[in-house]
Amino acid sequence: MSEVKVKLKPLLEIKNITMKFGSLVANEDISFTVHENEIVSLIGPNGAGKTTLFNCITGFYRPFSGKVIYNGKDITSMTSYQICKLGITRTFQIVKTLNEMTVEENVMTGAFLHTNSRKKAEEIAKETLELTGLMPKKNVLGANLTIADRKRVEIARALATNPRILMLDECMAGLNQTEIKEVMDLCLKLKEKGLSLLIVEHIMEAIMPISDKVVVLNAGKKITEGNPQDVVNNDEVIKAYLGERYHAKSKKS
Amino acid sequence: MVKNKKILFIIIAILALIPIITRTKAVLNAIILLLIFATLGEAWNIITGFAGQTSFGHAAFFGIGAYTSTIVFYRYNITPWVGLILGGIIAAVVAAIMSYPCFKLKGHYFAVATLAVAEIIKQIFVSWDYVEGATGISLPIIQRSSGFAKRLFYLQFNEKIPWVYICLVLFTAVILLCSYLENSKMGYYLKAIRESHEVAESIGINPTNYKLYAMLISAFISAICGSMYAQYILYIDPFMIFSLDISMKIVLLTVLGGVGNVFGPIIGASIFIPLSEFTRIKLGGSGTGVDLMIYGLLIILITCYQPKGVIGIVQKLTEKSKKTNVGGEGKIEATSGN
Repeated sequence: MSEVKVKLKPLLEIKNITMKFGSLVANEDISFTVHENEIVSLIGPNGAGKTTLFNCITGFYRPFSGKVIYNGKDITSMTSYQICKLGITRTFQIVKTLNEMTVEENVMTGAFLHTNSRKKAEEIAKETLELTGLMPKKNVLGANLTIADRKRVEIARALATNPRILMLDECMAGLNQTEIKEVMDLCLKLKEKGLSLLIVEHIMEAIMPISDKVVVLNAGKKITEGNPQDVVNNDEVIKAYLGERYHAKSKKS
Repeated sequence: MVKNKKILFIIIAILALIPIITRTKAVLNAIILLLIFATLGEAWNIITGFAGQTSFGHAAFFGIGAYTSTIVFYRYNITPWVGLILGGIIAAVVAAIMSYPCFKLKGHYFAVATLAVAEIIKQIFVSWDYVEGATGISLPIIQRSSGFAKRLFYLQFNEKIPWVYICLVLFTAVILLCSYLENSKMGYYLKAIRESHEVAESIGINPTNYKLYAMLISAFISAICGSMYAQYILYIDPFMIFSLDISMKIVLLTVLGGVGNVFGPIIGASIFIPLSEFTRIKLGGSGTGVDLMIYGLLIILITCYQPKGVIGIVQKLTEKSKKTNVGGEGKIEATSGN
């Protein structure tokens, strides 16, 4: 298994990213790599700096120092729309559905990235809607959707831009078990299609089974990275999540 | 789409038939102004309705158009048709220069900035000798006996009927352009920008560029309307042409009709312009402002109860009748979906 991974090309390299807001250090010297056709998940307690890192990678923030390399190209100082054109598309933790547009129009807006023709965009949108299971709701206005559907639209709209790396920011939070399962299946389907995914998530039982690699952040620093099994048994991760006291107890027993 | 084309056809047919039914000057005058302001509304709708950038300064582009064609004719005796295009281009250039810094502002701040820019341009024209400053310009009148071809060439007519049709052609062209834009990539992108800047950026849209394109088109059309207006009125001065009154008229009639909808401006203009023209005729000097009182009331009612304007009311009514007609269909869809 590990041998196969080594052969894969690194697609996105995050190199020593540091991000500060005034005196607050939100990300400190974070480095990791996303390979082609790989699902990498970014976990950590609230306030660990996951979303900030997302914003740094996608050009919404300019990192204080460090580099983001995509496909051999330095994209650190690029704007978010340039980065999206290159093939990295993100979703938002706080869903931003285009409220006054229908589901289909939401997705079509994404689909227009690589085409000027409305017909072509409609085709792409149709494919994406089928893939994400939104077809029955394509004529519903964004404002009238439930949270689960909004999250799905968020993913579909990003997918319609035909990215090579899809970055999902807590796209499962607030969903019920069935809906989470659907998103998990979708992630695996996308991986099969050759996409790489970078996922921020809190729901461990959903993220662990599908991830190839897990990166753990705490208080702005990377604690560890590795395959899901190793990470859950890592001392520091348990400390970060459960606190020093519980960690000590677990050591005793 | 098909249904919308039908509505468009009906609107244009009604407007085209009015000069055949009545030749009353007051009615024709109202129709011409209505068409000019509806076209201005369409132009404003591109930047505000689609792209969500409220402009309170469209009188600036309107005025630049009016002044360019007038100056070109007044000083160099060149046909206003050339001035009309030139005015459009100058207005677009001015729009580009003013918008680029203004687009850094969001929401109300952008609106205030456009207002300020319009006032600045007005002040420039007030104290600029080359354009006759505050005295304004009366356009040179061509001979009354000139033939139609010459009249068309210089855009001056003895009667109002040619004006109705010229404005109708202009309006039709602009409304077709707007509905084309609405359904094209640009329309989708502008709407995405209106709804959320961040989403737009995240899916590869450069918001500044697209807002700029929208502004250029909008300014170009507004300037053409300005040229038409100047040729129709045959007198312009900065206080009349660059007035806040005109900027506000454009905004208010579109809001009344329905912001962001291609039919909004024509509906708004059909209510507002006749209202102001006929109250002015009926009440004379003592009635100045009565139209604005009635209009203010309408705007308050609309913004409180149906922010989508008259279009919104119509949509609600048709939706209701649709729901009662095909209530069963939705249910079937829901069960098949599961």
